[in-house]
Amino acid sequence: MTTNYLLKRVDFIFKNENDWEVILSKSINRAPQELINELISSELKGRGGAGFPTGLKWKLSAEAVNAIKYVICNADEGEPGTFKDREILSRVPFKVLTAMAVCGHVIGAKEGYIYLRGEYHFLRPELNKAIVEFEYYCKEIKFDFSIKIFMGSGAYICGEETALFESMEGKRGEPRNKPPFPSTSGYMGKPTVINNVETLAHTFTIFKYGAKRFYDLGVQYSRGSKLFSVSGDTPKPGIYELELGMSLEDFVEEFGDGDTKAVQVGGASGFLVPRKRFHETAIGFQGKLTGISLPTGGSMMLFNSSRSMFNVLDNYLEFFREESCGQCTPCRVGCQQLLKGIKAVKRGEKNAQYLDKLLRLTETMQYTAKCGLGQSVANSFSSIVENFREEMIY
Amino acid sequence: MAKKIKISINGVSVEIDQDTTILDAARQTGVIIPTLCYHKDLCVAGNCRVCIVEIMGQKRLTAACATPCEEGMDILTNSLKVRNSRKHIIELLLSEHNADCTRCYKNGNCELQKLASEYKIMTQDFIRLVPFKNYTIDQFSPSIIKDDSKCIRCQRCVRTCAELQGVNALTVAHKGDQMKITTFFEKAMNDVVCTNCGQCINHCPTGALVEKNYIEEVWDAIADKTKHVIVQTAPAVRVGLGEELGFGPGVRVTGKMVAALKRLGFDAVMDTDFTADLTIMEEGTELLTRLKRKMVDHDPDVKFPMATSCSPGWIKYIEHMYPDYLDHLSTCKSPQQMFGALAKTYYAKARNLDPETIVSVSIMPCTAKKFEANRPEMHDSGYRDVDYVLTTRELAIMIKQAGIDFMRLDDVHYDRLMGESTGAGVIFGATGGVMEAALRTAYELVTGRDVPFDNLNITPVRGMEGVKEATVKIENPLKEWAFLEGVELKCAVAHGLVNAHKVMESIRSGESNYQFIEFMACPGGCLGGGGQPIPTNPEIRRKRAEAIYAEDEGMPLRKSHQNPEIIKIYKDFLDHPLSEKSHHLLHTHYSPRDRF
Repeated sequence: MTTNYLLKRVDFIFKNENDWEVILSKSINRAPQELINELISSELKGRGGAGFPTGLKWKLSAEAVNAIKYVICNADEGEPGTFKDREILSRVPFKVLTAMAVCGHVIGAKEGYIYLRGEYHFLRPELNKAIVEFEYYCKEIKFDFSIKIFMGSGAYICGEETALFESMEGKRGEPRNKPPFPSTSGYMGKPTVINNVETLAHTFTIFKYGAKRFYDLGVQYSRGSKLFSVSGDTPKPGIYELELGMSLEDFVEEFGDGDTKAVQVGGASGFLVPRKRFHETAIGFQGKLTGISLPTGGSMMLFNSSRSMFNVLDNYLEFFREESCGQCTPCRVGCQQLLKGIKAVKRGEKNAQYLDKLLRLTETMQYTAKCGLGQSVANSFSSIVENFREEMIY
Repeated sequence: MAKKIKISINGVSVEIDQDTTILDAARQTGVIIPTLCYHKDLCVAGNCRVCIVEIMGQKRLTAACATPCEEGMDILTNSLKVRNSRKHIIELLLSEHNADCTRCYKNGNCELQKLASEYKIMTQDFIRLVPFKNYTIDQFSPSIIKDDSKCIRCQRCVRTCAELQGVNALTVAHKGDQMKITTFFEKAMNDVVCTNCGQCINHCPTGALVEKNYIEEVWDAIADKTKHVIVQTAPAVRVGLGEELGFGPGVRVTGKMVAALKRLGFDAVMDTDFTADLTIMEEGTELLTRLKRKMVDHDPDVKFPMATSCSPGWIKYIEHMYPDYLDHLSTCKSPQQMFGALAKTYYAKARNLDPETIVSVSIMPCTAKKFEANRPEMHDSGYRDVDYVLTTRELAIMIKQAGIDFMRLDDVHYDRLMGESTGAGVIFGATGGVMEAALRTAYELVTGRDVPFDNLNITPVRGMEGVKEATVKIENPLKEWAFLEGVELKCAVAHGLVNAHKVMESIRSGESNYQFIEFMACPGGCLGGGGQPIPTNPEIRRKRAEAIYAEDEGMPLRKSHQNPEIIKIYKDFLDHPLSEKSHHLLHTHYSPRDRF
């Protein structure tokens, strides 16, 4: 059966992984520099949402001089509205394990960790089985690499890479000051590559087919495909692998319910796009010439006209108020002020101009918060308040 | 030589060492960047965000305390963006802070208040969050009050407790808006491993952690005509007090302090240095007795190394952390408690006073002394030996309240009987001082000669290194100490409990073979105590130490056993060191405590 889709489906990530042993053996016999070049020319960017060039990340860690290095797979998938990493780890775990081992080969690490979200505890037995089989094969081909699972405990902030290291080191999961960056001083102060689950899965694709196949997908600055977790007011929620660079208008056309009022791109820490901006918004990484282009870790939440944007924002802020680690002032207190502030405006205790004060506060949070969490609260707040101001007041 | 790099701060080009933080670079060039969570004693946290600066070409602002300078950086510390953001951050902190300033103990010495004043935060636009929170005020400890409603979560106390003290009584719990600084299982400070050292108080920028003050109680006692109120002052107070009263750090104000105490209305002003000298007599004799029991009597029960017992923070630490080593502690009480026990016995008798009417007050650089005075072990006079303990800071408050122009006071000498001291008593206030004083006396006791260091200055045990070591070889001892011929007395000095931990671990592992160790809970010893003026930092500690050693050098007598009042008390009252009477009044034993 063939269906005509408006958006082109891509099938790399979940394609069978039966050949992982071949890919592993082949890759670890290639020179690290060659693999790094392959990644760099693919222009793969981090799929967790921040979009740091993966090849560069590996290169920096490879250049760091240290006898001990680590590869960490960030599976602390906690962004509201994203559920793709769970699927990758349950359906094609060997792709991720292979990619970790290849990374180990490239940077000179012998140990890898999967930081698994606390709520994904149910994945652990199967994943462990896969690891046992994987390590057995590594031994067989005399490749020295081991992988362990580290269970998270349910804090959203531990998905932030340096908070994740702290958590793994047995400390409170709080983001560190940067610099130093993980490529020189990560887990246990050692050079560390930390990649999102999906990013690692894409490197498998690249090592298998070569950089060009990947690069040919997508648009400038946003190459390749990406998994999207589609949820909200849509007749077909689920996970879809699509080319980057699509227009939001096409996306809504295909996934909307005909009454789509707005789409939240990138989860609670992302942006809300109102209907009037669908046509000028593309999904991908920001570049010099791309116009409005929104990055996303994969979360696409659709809202139809029955939804109150006040409730949506209230829900996000409630989330941030609770999930801020609490160490830095702008994030800890800022989130409380934003939440209490919009409620006060709604109740008429503060006038409408108070929203402008709060918008300036989000700007400060964006400039001064210690990590990405506090910095990105401004995204959803300003995009919702600016586009749906009446809903905030009345 | 560090590599030099060129940067620009507010348009002025400067050359600085590579790896200097932006904050330090700015300070070196005369630009002040405000801070809150930053403290010279502690690792960088970068969590208050008050010190943010703008680096040209970067969208986000940067925490100056946590960011090293890079070649060519163009830094603005006072741009519109910086000022607006910084103001926002101060407003946010204030919205979460119980800014009840006029009723706050730290009013006038609060870093947040100072910032609010500098930035003229005159309005309260943001919603006050304090009423929405369920704050607790922990007042169970006799030493420390912890008021969460004043806390700004800078974590200076947490880092202090972990890095300086290795105690970890304070830690961070919960996240988001619930995040707070608390103890194990959120118990009261009095029920956890807290040693009451007060370093958290000394490092707290606001009024969230303060000492429990007994100022009104002492005023009441002074006003009570039926009471005879006597006061003792610890060695380190005289080199700290001036900082609260208009002098710079490191100024000795001994005579002025005595004058002020007299004007406050104390009936007698005497010196803890006197009992410091007495401690040396008792502890030095105890050390020699232990050596004799070990080397001559081959007593298997005698414990080495012997550890000093002057620091109440250290005492509570060892009770919690190394209860199996309590036998290693000298049985001597601290000088404060020796003084207390003598005040209501020896002093009462000599002055013909009913001990019941005596109120014994002590001025200490320390908050743990408040806890110590409250211990059940400390009632050997038949009464509570020390009734009230005030910190250096509390004394300064009383002097200000009394309207005394401290800087204009003429020097006055301590009262007699327990007011005479030697240089050896004075140096108790500095790390290494107890060791040095003990060696001066013990060596002379054994050999009849001065300790073999230039001008009695045992420099290896001085200074701010965390763990110091010294070896003193005994040669040609007097006949009764002949068994010590050729013995090398190995000594160590540790200050700051994190260093005490290191030494204790080396003892436990059998790595070290010291005979005598001085432990002080606070960095720098008592001069850096938790009850000393705020701020206390490495520079200020160094200056106070210089003042202490200068005071010692200037004393006509510098060895405890030369103190005429010490000679007198043994003649009239105690007989000899370790006599039955001393055992009863001046010595004690401590008991193990759980960690939880």
